Amino acid sequence: MAGVDMNMSILIVDDYKTMLRIIRNLLKQLGFDNVDEATDGSAALQRLRDKPYQLVISDWNMEPMSGLQLLKEVRADARLKDLPFIMITAESKSENVIAARQAGVTNYIVKPFNAATLKTKLSAVIGNF
Amino acid sequence: MAVHSSNGTHDLEVRVSQLLKARSDVEPRQLIEAVEAIMATAQGDLSSANLKLYAEIESLAHYIQNARAEIASLRPDEITDEHLPAAGEELEAIVGATEQATNSIMEAVEAIEAVAAELPPEQAERITNAVTSVYEACGFQDITGQRISKVVNALRHIESKVQALLIAFGGEALPKPSRKAGSKRADGKDRPDEHLMNGPQNATEAISQDDIDALLASFD
Repeated sequence: MAGVDMNMSILIVDDYKTMLRIIRNLLKQLGFDNVDEATDGSAALQRLRDKPYQLVISDWNMEPMSGLQLLKEVRADARLKDLPFIMITAESKSENVIAARQAGVTNYIVKPFNAATLKTKLSAVIGNF
Repeated sequence: MAVHSSNGTHDLEVRVSQLLKARSDVEPRQLIEAVEAIMATAQGDLSSANLKLYAEIESLAHYIQNARAEIASLRPDEITDEHLPAAGEELEAIVGATEQATNSIMEAVEAIEAVAAELPPEQAERITNAVTSVYEACGFQDITGQRISKVVNALRHIESKVQALLIAFGGEALPKPSRKAGSKRADGKDRPDEHLMNGPQNATEAISQDDIDALLASFD
């Protein structure tokens, strides 16, 4: 628990409402309740600029703004550039992982994923909890 | 061609006669023979090339005519007007139905999870674990939705190709498809990372979470 703020604000981004609900529920089970949602990159960027968040968990394939574009916008923004960013996506080719890494992704989870993977990746990004 | 050649010779004789009236120092027979020899050679060459070309064009015309007839018999207007849109609508209905069913499942499971919180810890944990498995499984809706969207996009591509074919064969352009893709990539062709959005991949193309972790670690 040391060092991890369980009340940290997390923004989850996905154009599938079902997936938003799944991630929200899994985060809740892990003890994270302060979760907001956005359904594409541009809506997420607006939220990130309006309110401070400690973590972004985003899908890739969304429109009009994709998760990769969101990541690039975040890294290009002086106020947001250090924000931890986890990509959760069905894009599972090496070129995707490399592109995301080059854009500054903090971690990468491929769909379908399980709760254990989510917890492992969260721990890797924000510390053990 | 022989008729043309005969007429041409006759014309030539008339023209030469007229020329001889103007210039009497030329031997008419020699002049006619020379010109006829040149014409015969030229006409022979041109006829042969023309005939081949004509035959090829004629064959091509027959081919195009047959193709048009075959395409017309396929009723491409029905394909673009009815079959492809219907297929797209059915697929979209599948996405909608699975989304609705998944939400119903999630609601029920969330209710179960809420009850579990009131149970003794050991029982609560067992129920929570089962609930977690259901949440994980519900991720299928996202994956199948994306796969169906890929199929819808493929249908749209086929639709546009059929339309292009119709136009190429002299048909009129049909209205552009207005159908939306299941949910993803309805009009995302201008996105800079469009070439990277092809998921979900088939098992043979995809790399595992472990492979991804190793790949990420290689950057450190």
